[in-house]
Amino acid sequence: MYQWDFGILWSYRWLFLNGLGVTVGFTVVIVLLGLVFGLFGAFGSLSRLKPVRLLALTFIEAFRCTPILVQLIWFYYALPILAGVEMTPITASALALSLYGGSFYSEIIRGGIISIDKGQSEAGAALGMTPGQSMRRIVLPQAIKRMIPALMNQSIIQFKNTSLVSVLAVPDMVYQSQVAAHDSYRPLETYTAVAVAYAAILIPLTIIVRRGEKRLAVGE
Amino acid sequence: MSETSKIEIRGLRKSFGSNEVLKNINLDVAKGGVVALIGPSGSGKSTLLRCVNLLVVPDGGSVRVGDTRFAFGDGSKLPDVKTLAKFRATTGMVFQHFNLFPHMTTLENVMEGPVTVRRMAKADAEKLARAQLAKVGLAEKADQYPATLSGGQKQRVAIARALAMEPDVMLFDEATSALDPELVGEVLNVIQQLASEGMTMVIVTHEIAFAREVADRLIFMRDGIVVEEGPARQVIDNPQETATRAFLSHFHRTGALPPSNAAP
Repeated sequence: MYQWDFGILWSYRWLFLNGLGVTVGFTVVIVLLGLVFGLFGAFGSLSRLKPVRLLALTFIEAFRCTPILVQLIWFYYALPILAGVEMTPITASALALSLYGGSFYSEIIRGGIISIDKGQSEAGAALGMTPGQSMRRIVLPQAIKRMIPALMNQSIIQFKNTSLVSVLAVPDMVYQSQVAAHDSYRPLETYTAVAVAYAAILIPLTIIVRRGEKRLAVGE
Repeated sequence: MSETSKIEIRGLRKSFGSNEVLKNINLDVAKGGVVALIGPSGSGKSTLLRCVNLLVVPDGGSVRVGDTRFAFGDGSKLPDVKTLAKFRATTGMVFQHFNLFPHMTTLENVMEGPVTVRRMAKADAEKLARAQLAKVGLAEKADQYPATLSGGQKQRVAIARALAMEPDVMLFDEATSALDPELVGEVLNVIQQLASEGMTMVIVTHEIAFAREVADRLIFMRDGIVVEEGPARQVIDNPQETATRAFLSHFHRTGALPPSNAAP
């Protein structure tokens, strides 16, 4: 019978905290960058110009329909050979995760915009608004409300996806726990602790999201 | 009449795919005139109305409102978005389904055009908006959101929102069709009040008795063409064409307007 000993992890606490810092910081970067890519993807796919639409759809489907683990490895190992761009593991994984998240954000943002009744932008146009004005003043304020729960959800997934950057030796929480596991010969305790740490951050977040959803439903 | 006409439409054509919804339409509306467009659904009357403010861009013909004229079809370039927006700002439109902005209060709905399009100072826009709300009898609803209003109240707010742009022309697209019968009167009263103030209006409606009272001209459309046109009372009381007669036989054509105290 296996003897659990979580006490041993205490001596690795700074390693874990370091890793946690990297994981959280990484999430912030890839969520923000991903939202920027998502905005480009969404407005690109709604453009009146066909080449722009095609470009946006290619981006969205390329990143939505391939596994993120493959993208990470491809950005780090294959892109330098193809394009001659040398990237640090951190840059490569930040880029891959942002683009991956961005492809999903694109669909969420696009879906939110087209879910707004066409009569709304027509009413804006009838008042003399340009398409840009009616997007900013009329459509987006309503669409963003509908997008928020799905965007939060995708960001939670992005938080968990950062665990994959350990394959490129980015020192996130999972990478540091591998170090601790090898050092202590206690992988079961180590990975249990990592799982608890992820859940401890995400469960309060999901509760906030659910509350937000309820509040938005009442407002409709 | 064409020298004094406020709206002039010539040879207007529009197709959606292979479906030709407007076939060579001509229309004149005198300054201060009220024209009612009637006809069965699918006759093209709503599309024609939407061509007046270019919410629908015609395939051919020309549209003039006031001094601004656009030609469409062979060789003519489509107007750019800025030109279109500026043009639409001079016409007010009221929709069947109100299309109020649900994320704004009633007051903000009415202020939106003046602030965003006319770049009016907030304080001036608020004064103007409150005056328009008072005009449609809803001054006390200024701080409520559209979701809390009845259909008739929503449509009166939508009229106030259009009027806040101080348009030369008002277009009504089946403004009472989505309303419960007991709420129709309060909206019709507001429209009639506008007519008596000399507003130039084009009204797409199924309220034949109302059209007879308020409109000075009536146009009956079917299958994308104007079948019959003339003074409203004359066409309604004594239609010349078989199609007009058949259509009008479905309606009570006379009858008093709802009492004028229906609008609080």
